[in-house]
Amino acid sequence: MRHTLSVVVEDQAGVLARVASMFAQRAFNIHSLAVGPTHEEGRSRITLVVDAPDVEQLSKQLYKLVNVLKVTELAPDEALESEIMLVRIAAGPDARGTVVETASMLEATLLDLGPTSVTFQVAGDPVKLARFLEVMEPFGVVELVKSGRVAIARERTRASARAAG
Amino acid sequence: MANDNQITGAQALIAALEREGVDVLFGIPGGAILPAYDPLLDGTMRHVLARHEQGAGHMAEGYAQASGRVGVVMVTSGPGATNLITPLQNALMDSTPIVAITGQVSSAAIGTDAFQEAYTTGLAMHCTKHSYLVTDPDDIVRVIHEAFHVAGTGRPGPVLVDLPKDVLNGLTELGDPQPVVMEGYNPTTEGNGRQVRAAIELLEQADRPVLFVGGGVIKAGGSRELLAFAEAANAPVVTTLMARGAFPDQHHLALGMSGMHGSYTATTAIQRSDLLFNIGARFDDRVTGDPATFAPEAKVVHIDIDPAEISKVRHADVPIVGDARVVLGQLLATLDKQRGEAAPPARIDWFETIQDWQQRYPLAYDQDPQGPIKVQYFIDQLYDATGGDAVVVAGVGQHQMWVSQFWQFTEPRSWINSGGLGTMGFAVPAAIGAKMARPDDLVFALDGDGCFQMTCQELITAATEHIPIKIAVFNNHGHGMVRQWQRLFYGGRFSATDLGNVAPDYPALAEAMGCVGLRAEKPSEVGPVIDKALAIDDRPVVIEVVVDPDEMCFPMVKAGGSCDNVAMGPEDLW
Repeated sequence: MRHTLSVVVEDQAGVLARVASMFAQRAFNIHSLAVGPTHEEGRSRITLVVDAPDVEQLSKQLYKLVNVLKVTELAPDEALESEIMLVRIAAGPDARGTVVETASMLEATLLDLGPTSVTFQVAGDPVKLARFLEVMEPFGVVELVKSGRVAIARERTRASARAAG
Repeated sequence: MANDNQITGAQALIAALEREGVDVLFGIPGGAILPAYDPLLDGTMRHVLARHEQGAGHMAEGYAQASGRVGVVMVTSGPGATNLITPLQNALMDSTPIVAITGQVSSAAIGTDAFQEAYTTGLAMHCTKHSYLVTDPDDIVRVIHEAFHVAGTGRPGPVLVDLPKDVLNGLTELGDPQPVVMEGYNPTTEGNGRQVRAAIELLEQADRPVLFVGGGVIKAGGSRELLAFAEAANAPVVTTLMARGAFPDQHHLALGMSGMHGSYTATTAIQRSDLLFNIGARFDDRVTGDPATFAPEAKVVHIDIDPAEISKVRHADVPIVGDARVVLGQLLATLDKQRGEAAPPARIDWFETIQDWQQRYPLAYDQDPQGPIKVQYFIDQLYDATGGDAVVVAGVGQHQMWVSQFWQFTEPRSWINSGGLGTMGFAVPAAIGAKMARPDDLVFALDGDGCFQMTCQELITAATEHIPIKIAVFNNHGHGMVRQWQRLFYGGRFSATDLGNVAPDYPALAEAMGCVGLRAEKPSEVGPVIDKALAIDDRPVVIEVVVDPDEMCFPMVKAGGSCDNVAMGPEDLW
């Protein structure tokens, strides 16, 4: 089962290693990991997408790390998720126009035009990235890199609170 | 410019350790930790010079297990630190509070593969509760106090502080003691009131409850509360290996240890229970066997100070995060309040069933007066000679299980062993540490010959530091438990479990190390040799006990098997 965890940690040397290594030790599989500073001094946020049968156990193990301050699981419908993907699509002179036109319909940003390929940046939620790849696949994906997913909780409205019971 | 208040980082380290009330530390000096060893000469703490860092680490563990205080070990960088990995993991598995101080190469040399450099905090990442690399002399005092706080509170465990040489040599000020404030570390000690009431409700309804007690009760100092609660609940008590001594074995509610080599009654009572009331135990695989068939009819109350233990192996119907002593107090108060003057449930059927098991399947052995000595017989004789008034320390293997089975424990912290990690070689150094913590008590290590050969160089430490421990080495010329498994599960093909034709002359070895060496080869010699050993108080004593190499440890539940199948002898396994 796939889960998105948002983990606030003390910004100290070795904290990322402690978190990542604990996953390896306990045989939890990390699908994606992104880390960066928060708006508060001395704190970083690690966003993890993990495959784990028991997310509660995972969360407890994270809390056992002294430098971990807060662990939040972001349920899919409560999370705003975003990821950046850089992707190079095969496109010689003949196909270039179609490739660029298609990509722009999918809100991709053109980064570079080369003799045999075009490179795009796609930013957004996982569905948008997946859709871009699905549509561009027939042209040929030459190279691809993803940033790792970042996520933040959606502010609860009265309606969503009612729906959640 | 240096002012009058300035001291070196090393001096600050020693002062901080003294502020923590440390009276003894175990260790071995070396290049990177040299600065810390100099101010040690001017301080109040005693240093015990071990002969191997693993020994120093186990000494700190023995000290901590015997006293409940934080044990301290100090070693140098590189090999000093890597030799400490086994005691750190051992302390982590058995929740033993120790603080390890390791020297590190100077900051400028870190990462250059310098002489005696090892990435100690990296190596220690998974065998400590927490670790620090101190990069500024001004952080030393705070870090030391944090290290003791983390090691000794919550679920206790090992904490490592790595100190580069330039940080030890740098200047700082001691300052006034500051309270420890750690945002990311706040263990819960008090149980949730609603869950406590729910636990009592389940207990009062249960027909076949078992109080399943783990080492957490000993760490929390909750034995007295446990006794009161067990009597109020009128429920039988099973202890884990780590909890031997948490509840008096002579008590009519005591069933002893369960699990792989537990008593038939203890293991079966858990299997047939309708309520498993776990207080500070972690459902180790040596207890559960196959978790899917473990205590199949039981609802589970699980009290643990470590939330991650709750529902890790077995789902808890009522989870209670908290300190075992505090929660036992809450449980007692709740029970009193809800029950008023009413008597506890009698549970006559349940106790009759248990008594029937006890009568039909007792722990037993046969000592042929003319045959080879059985380890169990030696244990019984030692118990009789001492009245059980001793701190008993064991290695790992058959002898460890027999001590747990046959010694009648009455006091917490009278049983010291390596439970979770199963570290052979633990006994001799751990006994030294225990004796340092409790110099007025008899500390008796019961060790196997395989274990003894792993750390027996610490005999010289005991002799030269005047730490008069006693050690029985059960010589069966091999690794008995592994041989037992080869006999039972590998068709009697004994691969690498015979220690060879040339065994050490153990009494001579002991004498060479400054100890008294004794030997018993026949059952009739056991009593006299024990008396002789007990009469010596000025030197460590080693007794070689030549024992039956073919004796096997039973009862036994096969690894990963169901606890419904308690084998009373090999015929039940073949």
